[in-house]
Amino acid sequence: MSHQVYSKLREPLVTGDVSLHQITEQACAPLERRAGLTWWMAFALALTALGVGAAAVTYEIATGIGTWGLNKTVGWAFDITNFVFWVGIGHAGTLISAVLFLLRQKWRTSINRSAEAMTIFAVICAAVFPLIHMGRPWLAFWTAPYPNFRGPLWVNFRSPLLWDVFAISTYFTISLVFWYIGLIPDLASARDRAKSKIRKFIYSIMSFGWNGSSRVWSRYETAYLLFAGLATPLVVSVHTIVSMDFATSVIPGWHTTIFPPYFVVGAVFSGFAMVMTLLIIMRKVVNFQNFITVNHLENMAKVILVTGSIVGLAYSTEFFIAWYSGNEYEGFTFVNRATGPFAWAYWIMVSCNVITPQLLWFKKIRRSVPMLFILSIFVNIGMWFERFVIVVTSLHRDYLPSSWAYYTPTLIEIATLVGSFGLFFTLFLLFCRALPMLALGEIKSVSKFGRKPRHPELDDHSKPAAKQPGKSTRAHQRETAHV
Amino acid sequence: MSRLVIGVFADEDHVVDATRDCRLAGFEIQDVYTPYAVHGMDEAMGLRRSRLTWVCFAAGAAGCAFALWFQYYTQAVNWPINVGGKDPWQMPAYVPIAFELTVLIGGLTTMLALFVRSRLFPGKRAKLPAPGVTDDKFALVLLQRDSSFDAERARAILAQHHVERVLESGGLS
Repeated sequence: MSHQVYSKLREPLVTGDVSLHQITEQACAPLERRAGLTWWMAFALALTALGVGAAAVTYEIATGIGTWGLNKTVGWAFDITNFVFWVGIGHAGTLISAVLFLLRQKWRTSINRSAEAMTIFAVICAAVFPLIHMGRPWLAFWTAPYPNFRGPLWVNFRSPLLWDVFAISTYFTISLVFWYIGLIPDLASARDRAKSKIRKFIYSIMSFGWNGSSRVWSRYETAYLLFAGLATPLVVSVHTIVSMDFATSVIPGWHTTIFPPYFVVGAVFSGFAMVMTLLIIMRKVVNFQNFITVNHLENMAKVILVTGSIVGLAYSTEFFIAWYSGNEYEGFTFVNRATGPFAWAYWIMVSCNVITPQLLWFKKIRRSVPMLFILSIFVNIGMWFERFVIVVTSLHRDYLPSSWAYYTPTLIEIATLVGSFGLFFTLFLLFCRALPMLALGEIKSVSKFGRKPRHPELDDHSKPAAKQPGKSTRAHQRETAHV
Repeated sequence: MSRLVIGVFADEDHVVDATRDCRLAGFEIQDVYTPYAVHGMDEAMGLRRSRLTWVCFAAGAAGCAFALWFQYYTQAVNWPINVGGKDPWQMPAYVPIAFELTVLIGGLTTMLALFVRSRLFPGKRAKLPAPGVTDDKFALVLLQRDSSFDAERARAILAQHHVERVLESGGLS
């Protein structure tokens, strides 16, 4: 926003010298042209995956949880893994929009809209899993504390599983509000350039009569700041509470105090990787390379490197404490993780989360789009396996060796996972067609960042720096700043 | 019957300076319409700080109080459950939900307050002072209430700040 001062050290956030109008043109173009073949192919694929998942879930609900590979020992496996995975993915959006906003990281403006959309869709995917895990999803309303004729018997507010219900629904609601508030001015831009009547009508309803009034902008900015302030601790609380689903139980491998920070960082790590994967595709397909530049990708790569290293530190701390605590059950669980029947999963996790992200120390790799794409996919895989390792390996060999068991997912479970990806991509692809993918207003406000003033009268260095009649104070500041 | 003088600008720096000069010259500024939140505009227009912060704080505090009361009532008064002989009111266990409701109620109330105060609602017809204010134009709208409005002077100030064009209108449609 504030770019009165021009500094040669700052690199422009938007490359290519685009005017404000060109920004609107370019960002609205994907909404206004017909969908291309690539989009239709991607959409058909996503919809097919969604269909597979829907069929699997329908079969599971009609038949029962017995269609899953769970057994007496491993009562939580694929489903909870997927839940934690998707909630984790859902963390990057709000982190980008809220935390980076508070930290005044202006580069967020190009990526926040799509990252927030991704958050919302990921939370929707996540919510499916506890719902189907209930077995009788039509009774999901039992998790709400409503007056009833059973006493009233209330829900147990001391249970982390109930905290989860509140945390996830609050997170979803606030993320949605944050996203929609951000969309309103851009929907107004789309409305005012819409040619067809139907399009104009829909955007009119959705844009709440926005007209760019500065009085409203002033309140809007205050509200936006407040949402950012509320959402920041909220992001931290959500995965903290998810980790407490495990940490408050007395099971070796789960019962650790390191879980809340470890989960939050893991969530940021996986979320950024997913944002990276999607943005690399998106910037290419819809030609947003000048908005989502290699600098943006590099910044994200740095976040991935930091969080990936913290995740690595958490893994080693866990191991160290398992030994140092002297608790033999704890020790066994961790040795079993690394060398037992699920060692393959553990080592996939370590290679994808700890080893490969270290390549991001090299600037060449951080700025190579294909490498970033591959590494981000690795992180996605690694973080899925992290949750699998935590959930399954802690359970499968419990205190009684006679009840030790192995866990293999059934086709139904795999189809459900595929379906959740289908749901995610279906929603994301629809978003790409229906709503502005870039936060127009915010990008416009930084479009001059790190760029010399466009106006010839401000560029003239030969004139004395003294204030001339008709020359603005702001222009004057800007001119003198880089003399 | 008040009339409006609308100056359309193409650059944020110009419109900010023009706004400030017009306000200092005693003109009444109806509003400034911009495609994005222009930094320094509140100062140029002489706007007061928004009081939404207080709304948010009050609603958040109310949400927190409600959550604590509700949990206390259901868990310790209405139907206390004996878990291992522990006191049914254990404060730390009730903090997470109290926090979530603080955020939820604080956030939703702030949103509603923003919409109500700014009169934004679904389906409202947008009243634009000039085409392009949601794209790349900046419109400074001066309110002309009576004959004391010095139109010549207003135009001079606008022109001094590189106004693109000046429109006059009876009201925003």
